[in-house]
Amino acid sequence: MSSAAPRVGFFVTCLVDLMRPSVGFAAVKLLEEAGCQVEVPAEQTCCGQPAYNSGDRADAIALAKQVIAAFEGFDYVVLPSGSCAGMIREHYPRLFAGDAAWEGRARKLAERTHELTAFLVDVLGVTGVTAKLAATVTYHDACSGLREMGVKTQPRRLLASVDGLTLKESAMAETCCGFGGTFCIKYPEISERMVDTKADDLIATGADMVLAGDMGCLLNIAGRLKRKGSAMQARHVAEVLAGSLDAPAIGEPGRTS
Amino acid sequence: MDATSHRFRDNARHALANGRLKESLASFTKTFPEKRQKVIDRLPEFDALRDEGVRIKNHVLANLDFYLERFEAKATAAGAQIHWCRDAAEARETVLSICRAAGARTVTKSKSMIGEEIAINEFLESNGVRPVETDLGEYIIQVRGESPSHILVPAIHLKGPDIAQTFREKHTALPPGRALDEPEAILREARTVLRGEFLAADVGLTGANMLVAETGSIVVVTNEGNADLVMSLPKVHVAVASLEKVVPTLEDAATILRLLARSATGQDITAYTTFATGPKRPGDPDGPDEFHIVLLDNGRTAMLGGEFRDMLRCIRCGACLNHCPVYAGIGGHAYGWVYSGPMGSVLTPSLLGAHQADDLPNASTFCGKCEQVCPMRIPLPTMMRHLRERQFTTGGPAAKGRGALKVWAFFARRPALYRRATALAIGALAFLGGGRGRFRRLPLTSAWTGPRDLPAPQGRTFQALWAERRRRKP
Repeated sequence: MSSAAPRVGFFVTCLVDLMRPSVGFAAVKLLEEAGCQVEVPAEQTCCGQPAYNSGDRADAIALAKQVIAAFEGFDYVVLPSGSCAGMIREHYPRLFAGDAAWEGRARKLAERTHELTAFLVDVLGVTGVTAKLAATVTYHDACSGLREMGVKTQPRRLLASVDGLTLKESAMAETCCGFGGTFCIKYPEISERMVDTKADDLIATGADMVLAGDMGCLLNIAGRLKRKGSAMQARHVAEVLAGSLDAPAIGEPGRTS
Repeated sequence: MDATSHRFRDNARHALANGRLKESLASFTKTFPEKRQKVIDRLPEFDALRDEGVRIKNHVLANLDFYLERFEAKATAAGAQIHWCRDAAEARETVLSICRAAGARTVTKSKSMIGEEIAINEFLESNGVRPVETDLGEYIIQVRGESPSHILVPAIHLKGPDIAQTFREKHTALPPGRALDEPEAILREARTVLRGEFLAADVGLTGANMLVAETGSIVVVTNEGNADLVMSLPKVHVAVASLEKVVPTLEDAATILRLLARSATGQDITAYTTFATGPKRPGDPDGPDEFHIVLLDNGRTAMLGGEFRDMLRCIRCGACLNHCPVYAGIGGHAYGWVYSGPMGSVLTPSLLGAHQADDLPNASTFCGKCEQVCPMRIPLPTMMRHLRERQFTTGGPAAKGRGALKVWAFFARRPALYRRATALAIGALAFLGGGRGRFRRLPLTSAWTGPRDLPAPQGRTFQALWAERRRRKP
């Protein structure tokens, strides 16, 4: 690779694209500040995980091909989601196993694909950020990021450099929140129990705010916290790290754009 | 037991409404993972041990016929009688005919998931033979007429007062005013009752945690020592084991034992680990006169050639149940059959057949915790996904919502159209949100908004905003 700024293909992910673009801009800011040249291919929609996990291989494969074609020209592919990053890195190569035309392309893309905070710390060697936030926060480890992408210490390392911020760990930080993609609407009662357990565990920390690296979990957790009448705010970790806190927290009133 | 896996949704709802179950599960799913972690932290080579366990099991599965025949030869040479059974019905008939030949009226049993799988208790009972469970948890659920809610801790859904009440109702010969508040008192009472049964039994029935091909031995582990009395006091011992329990050597058995108790109960080793080889020999102080080993297929060889082969590495430690957040919510009975949690969600559809347990592999968030803790590194989420893929073509819960998924995929596969359509839809949704930031309810989203608010979108898509930014500063 050349010594010039690394060219990063930013995959915004469908949930950030549709629900919370402020997370996307926060992520781009972090990447640009770390010296990356960031591009956002227009031909991106979804990584295909909803189809893949519903047993719909045909659509999963079609969407994976679309992603590979859109992103294979970059030095790196970075996503503000451990789940979608895990889909590309762990599951694309499996989807194309034995497919001579696509398996190699899928593997090459997989090797260059990273979750945002892991990319900043592990690949770029970022050790801190310049953001400020006078608050006590707690961090929820989203399952795929944690178990497929090894995201655990990286966001915490960066958060430790945020001026004024205190991190208070919850007892069940690594326990699933019950989102699970379509799981939460296919089995709403079970999902409710899981997210309720999660919300109670987060509230028990006494933190002002819960952070995580995946919008799916955050929508689920924020929605339950609000339903329970909790004042705890929920944000994507990128917003705090980038100091992009203009938009109201997830599910809070106020207009953004 | 009659499988109710096809009624999973109702079962789960029922379980979620049970406050006492919630308490039991909350404490159990906290303490067991903690105990496991503690004991593993003391064993730096645990992951290497897992790799070795996987290697042993994969080797056995690739050479299953060889090791089973060797086991048969060695066990027969030691004086055991081997019975090959294709399915549950054959196994039941075999056990019954051994009981009849022995003139058995009472059969003591140690805890056996294969016994549950072939529903041996109901069968013996309806044929005039009285089975008595001797594991404390199994005994409790047997007298309550229930089924195990965990493959290891069968009565985990109950609390002390439930058990005390059951004992008062069933043990009517004992003084009604006796104290049963302490777990020790419950244990003492079960012991007193069971002591007589151990001595009266004509046949002892066990499962087997492993079959050792090298020596023809069966391995049985317990924490209560009850299996040892079941195996050695009656004249006849019958062990029922499924085919994949065979391991090549004693050394291999030792490796798997080191994984089993740590993963299961957070112990270095179970309190009792018994190797039984053949019946009593001349001069032996104790042991059965006859030793029968029932080798049961019941669907295993069908799994051997397909995508569920890895599941046959399972050593029934229960770690995947103990760590599963879905199991922690609904408990074992909701799964509707013998095996529950993630391992049950793979095994039950494979063993009961298509459309008998379709919800099970769908009722997972794929959080991956089960695979992370499985000592045999079984890719449980991957196998659940295979089951969903089957359903997507043949019908089942995975195929429900197929229409919506197809519509979504239609747009997602056309990026330009997708950008326009999502920009419109998101703008409309944000408008409906009216700056309140979230919806308490919204048409067509009740599954989401039942338990939680729906955060409103910010209003514009990232793609649209990015395109604008690019136009401003190219």
